[in-house]
Amino acid sequence: MVNRLTLLTAGGGAVLLFAAVTGCAPADETSTTPAVSASASANACPSGALGTKTPGKLTIGTDNPAYPPWFVDNKPGNGKGFESAVAYQVAERLGYPAANVVWTSVTFNNAIAPGPKSFDFDINQFSITPERRNAVDFSSPYYLVRQTVITTATSKIAKATKIAQLKGAKLGAQVGTTSYQAITDVIKPGPRPSVFNNNDDAKAALVNGTVDGIVVDLPTAFYMTAAELDNGLIVGQLPQVGTPEQFGLVLDKGSPLTECVSSAVDQLRDDGTLAVLEKTWLADTAGGARELS
Amino acid sequence: MTPSNRPAHHPERTEDQSYRVSTVHAERIVYRRRQAIRSVLLAALSTAVLGTLLGVLVTGAPGWPRVRQSFFDLGIARKYLPSILEGLWLNIRLLLACAVAALTLGLLIAVLRTLRGPVFFPVRALATGYTYSFRGLPLIIVIYLFAFGIPGLRLQGTPSVTVLGGAAIVITYGAYLAEVFRAGIESVHPSQVAAARSLGLSYRQAMRFVVLPQAVRRVAPPLLNDTVALQKDVGLISLAGPIDAIRAAQIGVAQEANFTPYVVAGVLFVLLALPLIAITDWVTLRAARRQNAGT
Amino acid sequence: MLLSCTGVRKAFGSSVVLDNLHLDVDEHEVVALIGASGSGKSTLLRCVNLLTEVDDGVIRLDGEDITDPRADPDRIRQRIGLVFQSYNLFPHMTVLDNITLAPVRVHRRPAAEAREQALGWLGRVGLAEKAGSYPDRLSGGQQQRVAIVRALVNSPRLLLLDEVTSALDPELVGEVLTMIRDLKGEGMTMVLATHEMGFARQVADRVAFLDRGRVLEQGPPTQVLGDPVEARTRQFLARIIEAGRL
Repeated sequence: MVNRLTLLTAGGGAVLLFAAVTGCAPADETSTTPAVSASASANACPSGALGTKTPGKLTIGTDNPAYPPWFVDNKPGNGKGFESAVAYQVAERLGYPAANVVWTSVTFNNAIAPGPKSFDFDINQFSITPERRNAVDFSSPYYLVRQTVITTATSKIAKATKIAQLKGAKLGAQVGTTSYQAITDVIKPGPRPSVFNNNDDAKAALVNGTVDGIVVDLPTAFYMTAAELDNGLIVGQLPQVGTPEQFGLVLDKGSPLTECVSSAVDQLRDDGTLAVLEKTWLADTAGGARELS
Repeated sequence: MTPSNRPAHHPERTEDQSYRVSTVHAERIVYRRRQAIRSVLLAALSTAVLGTLLGVLVTGAPGWPRVRQSFFDLGIARKYLPSILEGLWLNIRLLLACAVAALTLGLLIAVLRTLRGPVFFPVRALATGYTYSFRGLPLIIVIYLFAFGIPGLRLQGTPSVTVLGGAAIVITYGAYLAEVFRAGIESVHPSQVAAARSLGLSYRQAMRFVVLPQAVRRVAPPLLNDTVALQKDVGLISLAGPIDAIRAAQIGVAQEANFTPYVVAGVLFVLLALPLIAITDWVTLRAARRQNAGT
Repeated sequence: MLLSCTGVRKAFGSSVVLDNLHLDVDEHEVVALIGASGSGKSTLLRCVNLLTEVDDGVIRLDGEDITDPRADPDRIRQRIGLVFQSYNLFPHMTVLDNITLAPVRVHRRPAAEAREQALGWLGRVGLAEKAGSYPDRLSGGQQQRVAIVRALVNSPRLLLLDEVTSALDPELVGEVLTMIRDLKGEGMTMVLATHEMGFARQVADRVAFLDRGRVLEQGPPTQVLGDPVEARTRQFLARIIEAGRL
C-alpha cells in the first residue's frame, strides 16, 4: 500500500512543476509593443517622445572605464571624446537635448549578449557583425574601423612591416572583440594569442613583455602609443578582409527605436557632422598608419 | 512441556546442519519478497510517469524553442567543442601540477607549525603568518600580483604567466590545505605519539610513520573537496592571458551571441569532477573503517 | 639494581601526583604497583619512560641517570618497553607492521629478520594468522597481546605495563595475564600497575602500594595484600574486596 502522504507529495510536486514551466512564457509574447509603423511616415520618430525606457529621457550605455579618444576622463556626460560627441549629436537629432540624456554603465560583453537591455542605445566601439545581429540591433555605421597592431620599442616585432613577420609573435587582445578575431582570422600566428578581460590588462601585459604586441582599433592605437605607453609604437594597420568593419550603435533586438536612431546617424553623415567630429577628436588618425601586407 | 503440547512446526535445533526454516518464517519471506517487487515496480512506474510528464511539459512550454536555441544549439556546440577541449587540457594540466604542489606545500607548512621548541619560533611564526594572510587574500588579487606584477619587475629568468599564475594558485591554496593538514595532525590522539615515542622513535620518525599517515587519511575527505574546488579556481588563470576552457567558451559565446558554449564547458567540468568526487566518497568510507581500532 | 627511582616528584599545576617517591627494581624482578586512581601509578611509569619530565628526583636505569637533561630520551626509550591500557596500536598498519616498525626504523635491523622475529612471537602467543590483519579486526585481548609483543621485540631491559587488562572484557583478561606470566618465567624485569590483585599475588615478587604520591608500603604479595601494615593500605584493600576484585 503506497503511503497516502507520499502520493500527495508526489502529486503536489508534479502540479507545482507544471505550473512553473508553463508559467514562463517568453517575455515578448506578453509585453506590449508601442505602435510604431514600419513605413517612413513623418511622425514615425516623434521628436523627444520616442518609446524610450524612461519617457522623455534618452538612456545611453557605455562601458566603465570609458577610454580615450572615445571618451575623456571616463565621464561620458562631459560631451568630450568622439563617441560622447556622436552620442549627444544623435540624441539632439532625436529631440533629446543634453539635459535629457542619461548615461548608464554596461560592460562590453553584456551589451551585445542576447537579452533585454537597460539602455536605449549603447555606444562603445561595437563593430557590426552578422553574428552579433542575432542578438542585438545595430544602427547605421558611424565609423570605419581599422584593426591595428601596436607594441613597444623593445619588442621583437617592433620593426615588422609584413604580416608574415608576425607569425611567430605572441599577440593579445580583449575577449569577444573583432580585434581578437583579427588575430585568429587575419594574422594567424603560431603561438596561441593571449586573451584579456579588458584593454587595461592587455596593455599591462604588453608593458611587461608577456605579449609581443596587442591588437586594438586605430584610434585606440594612436591614443595608447602616444599617451599611455612609454616607447609605444604602431606596427601597422591590418588589411580589411571582406566587408569593411564599421562601428554601429547597439540597440535591443527588435527595438522600436532602431529605425529612428539609424536615420539620425545617417543625418549626421549626410550633413558632414561625423566628418567634423572625426577631425576634432581623431585628428591624429587622419593619415592612418602604415598598412601591413 | 510435554511432546503433545509442542507446536507441530517447531524446528529441529540439535545442530546447525539440520536447521530448516519454519513455516511461519517462510511465509514472512514470501510476503516480504512480494512487497519488495511491488515497490520496485511502483518506483519504476512513477519515475517513468514523472519523467514523461517533465519531458512533455518542458518541450511543450512556450519558451522552449528559444531556450533550446540559446543554450543547446548542437551546431555551435560542435563548432566550439574542439577549442573548449583544448582549453580544458590547460585546466587539467594546471590542476594536476597545482594540486600536487599545493598539497606538498600545505603539508610542509602544517608540519612546520607543529614543531616544538623555542629555536623553531621564527619558523612557526612565518608559517602561521603565511596561513593567516593567504587565506584572507582573494585568489584573483594574488593572480594579478603574480602574473602582472612580477613580470613588470623585469627580473632575469621570469617564468611564463602560466607558471606565475600557477604559483599564485599554489600559494593561495597551500594556505588552506595547511590548515586542513594541521587539523588532521592535531586530531591524531596523543596516545599514538606516546606509543610511538615509547618504542624509541624520534619525533621526526613518529611524525613520519605514525602521525602523518593517520592525519592524512583522516583529512582525505576535506582535502579532496578542496581539490574539486581547485579544479574550478584553476580557470582564473585566464585573467593573465592563457585560454582555458571557460575563456574558450566565452570567446565562442561572444562570437555567436549564443550561450551554448558555456553549457558545453559546464558539462565538461562536471564530467571532469565526477571521478574526483567518486574517489572522495570511496576514500571517506575506507578511512572511517580503519580509524576505530581499539574502541 | 636495574631501575632506581629516588625522590621523584611530579606536579601538574597545583596537584602533586608524585611526592618524594622511592622505588628500586632488581633485574628479573616483577614489581606490582597498586593504589587508587590518581595515586600516581601511570605517572610514575610515564616518568620512567621519559614521556613525562620529572620535577625533581633522579631515575637511574642500569646505573645511568636518565633524568639528566643531557641524556637522549629516544635512545633510553629503546631499552624500556611501555604497554598502555588502551593498547595504542597504530590503526593504519597491519599487526606485523606495528611490530616491525621499531626494530626496522629505530634499531635498524633488516626487514626480513625483524619480520621473522615478529612472526615467531606471534606464533608463540597464538596470533600468527592475524599477522596481516589490521588492528580493528582484533579483539581487545588480541590487540593487547600484540601491543606487548610490539614492546618486546626491541629486547627491552625493562617492561612497564600500565593497567594493561583494565580495558578488557573479563574473559579476555586471562590470555593477557598468561602471557605476562610466561614473560616472567623467561626472566623479564617488569613493573606493572594493576587492579588485578589476584594476578599481582600470583606473579609479582613484590607489591608496592602507592598512596598520595609515595610508596606507602611494599613487600611480598602475601604480606601487602594479605596482612598490610599501614591503615590506608587496609582501607584500600577493603574497598577492593567490596568491589569483588580480590
